[in-house]
Amino acid sequence: MTETENNITILGIESSCDETAAAVVRNGREVLSNVISSQIDIHTVYGGVVPEIASRLHCENINGVIRLALKEAGLGFDGIDVIAVTKGPGLVGALLVGVSEAKALAWALHKPLVGVHHIEGHIAANYITHADLEPPYVCLVVSGGHTHLAVIRGYREFELVGRTMDDAAGETFDKVARAVGLGYPGGPKVDRASREGDPHAIEFPRGEVRDHPYDFTFSGLKSAVLNYINMAQMKGEEINTADLCASFQKAVVESLVSRTIRCAESFGIRKVAIAGGVSANSTLRESMREACEAKGMECLYPEPVYCTDNAAMIASAAYFEYLDGVRDDAFLNAEPNLKLGN
Amino acid sequence: MKILAIESSALVASAAIVEDDLLKAEFTVNNKLTHSETLLPMLESMTKIAGISLEDIDAIAVSAGPGSFTGLRIGAATAKGLALAAGLPIIRVSTLQAMAYSLSLISDDVICPVMDARRGQVYSAAYRSGAVLLEEEARDIHALTAALNECVPEEDSCFLFLGDGVPVHSETLAAEIQGDVAFAPAGLNRQRAADVALLGSVLYTKWLQKNGINAADVRSRGADNIDCFDEAVMNSDDFAPEYLRKSQAERELEDGTLEDAGRHSLKKMQSGLIRPEKAETR
Repeated sequence: MTETENNITILGIESSCDETAAAVVRNGREVLSNVISSQIDIHTVYGGVVPEIASRLHCENINGVIRLALKEAGLGFDGIDVIAVTKGPGLVGALLVGVSEAKALAWALHKPLVGVHHIEGHIAANYITHADLEPPYVCLVVSGGHTHLAVIRGYREFELVGRTMDDAAGETFDKVARAVGLGYPGGPKVDRASREGDPHAIEFPRGEVRDHPYDFTFSGLKSAVLNYINMAQMKGEEINTADLCASFQKAVVESLVSRTIRCAESFGIRKVAIAGGVSANSTLRESMREACEAKGMECLYPEPVYCTDNAAMIASAAYFEYLDGVRDDAFLNAEPNLKLGN
Repeated sequence: MKILAIESSALVASAAIVEDDLLKAEFTVNNKLTHSETLLPMLESMTKIAGISLEDIDAIAVSAGPGSFTGLRIGAATAKGLALAAGLPIIRVSTLQAMAYSLSLISDDVICPVMDARRGQVYSAAYRSGAVLLEEEARDIHALTAALNECVPEEDSCFLFLGDGVPVHSETLAAEIQGDVAFAPAGLNRQRAADVALLGSVLYTKWLQKNGINAADVRSRGADNIDCFDEAVMNSDDFAPEYLRKSQAERELEDGTLEDAGRHSLKKMQSGLIRPEKAETR
C-alpha cells in the first residue's frame, strides 16, 4: 500500500526517556507493529532513570528496534510513506538519538519527516484504542513527567487548561514508592500494593490551587506522606505499606478525577479521555469511569501497552500532523522543554 | 570506492567524502550550534554541491570516540540511520587515530592528539610512524606526560601535540615533556572528517582484502547480507561509540558511592526521581 491509494503508513520512533521504541501505523489508527525495548531493569539498580545510560542504550538498540518494527509490519522501507520521531519533551541526550536517526533515515530514503510532541503522542494513543474517537474531548495526561488537563478541540488543536504547579502525578508515585521501600518504578508498585490496603486508613490532604480550578498540586500531599512516615519511624511504629499506598493513591486519583470532571462539565464536553503512563493505573481508570458514568459522560483510555511510552502513539499523532501539511527538515532538533500546544 | 565520513566528537562538526585516497568534498563548522542542527544540513549541502548522492557511497566511516558523549551519539545515530536506510556497512574509526593520521604520514615525530576531557583529564594516545606508542585512554594530564617520557626516553625525541586539549594544557606539556615539544598548526590541529574518511578508506580496503571481496560486491549484496564483519567494519546495528568512560552513575555504583535509593531519608526522597545530568557530556 502506498500513499497514492489514500493510505499513509508511518514509521514512528520514540526515545525520549528509557524506552527505545519503533512502530508502523497506518492512517493514524491501525497498528501494524509496535516494538518497545525497555531499559527498566537496568535503571532499577540506580533507583531511577540515569540519562547517560539511557542515551547509550538507545544508540546501541535503535537500529535493531526499527528493523524489528518493519519486519513485524511485513514491510520494507519502500512501504513507509513518512518518518516520525519524538522531538520533545524529554531527556535531551535520549531525544537526540531518535531525532538524529530519524533525520538520517528521512534524508537517505527521500521521505517526509514529522517531529512529534511526546504528550500529543500520548493523547493520540486514544485514537489507536478507540477507532471512532474524534475531538472534541477533555484529556487528562498523566505520566512520570507530566500532569496536564487539556481540551482537545481538534486533532491538532490542544487547549491546555490545567497543569501541575509542582510535581507530576507519576513523580509523586515514584517518590512515595521510594519512601516506603517499594523502589522504582513507583506507579505500578504502589498500584499493586494498594490492592491489599484500606484507602480510608489514613486521611491525606487533597491540594487545591486557589483561583485555578483545573490546576493540580501534589507537593502538600507528598510532604504529608513523608511526614507520616517520619513520625511513624520516630515513634517506632510499623507502617502498613498497603494502607499507606491505598490512601495516598486515593488522594492522587481523587485530585485528578475531580479536576477532569469539573473541566468537562464547565466546557460542556461529554467525552473524557486519559493518557500517559499513569493512565495504566487501575484505580485511576476505575474512578474516572465511575465518575463519568455518574455524570452520563463517556470515559476512554488506551490499552495498557499504549499508555506507557511507545512509538505507535508517535506515528498516530504524526499522521494528523502530516495530513495538516506539517513537514520537518534536516534542521529538526531535540527540544527537551517543549510545551504543549505550540 | 567512495567513503562518506562523519566527525562530531567535539566542537567541530564535519562531513567528508573521499574516493579512494582523493578528498572529493569536506564541510566543517566550528560554532556554538549543536551537531544535531548542523550535521544533516551539512550532509545535504555537501552532497548536493559535490554532485554525489548516498547511492554512490560504499561505506560510512564514523569518528567513534572518545569525545563528547552527546556529540558522539549524534554522529553515531546519524551514521546508523544512513547505513540502515542505504544498506551500507559502518567503518569504526578511532577519533584520536584519525586526528594523528595525516601528520603521521609526513613526520617521524611522536604524534600525540590530546582532547580535553574536563576534570583535569585528557583523552589521548601517541603514535609514531604508524605504530601505537600509547593506547587511547582518559588520563590525568600529568599521567600523560609521565607515560610519554617513559615510552620515549630519548632526550632528542620530538613530540607533536594537537587537539583541543593543547590550549588547556600547553604549559604543562612544555614543562614536563623531556624532549622537543611542538604544536600542530591551525589547519591540522582539530578533528576533520577528511581524516576520518581517509583512514576509514584504508581500514575498509584492508577489510575487503582480508575477506577476498570487492566494494562493488558489498554494495550490490547490501550490508545485511554480509557475514564477515569484524570490529573495524560492521553492520550498522552493531555500531556504538567508544566513550572510554563509564557514566557517573555506573562509576558510583562500582565504587559504592551511589546513593542508596531505597533508604528512607526525607532529603533523598525530595531530591527527585530523575538523576540530574551533572554536565555529564564529556
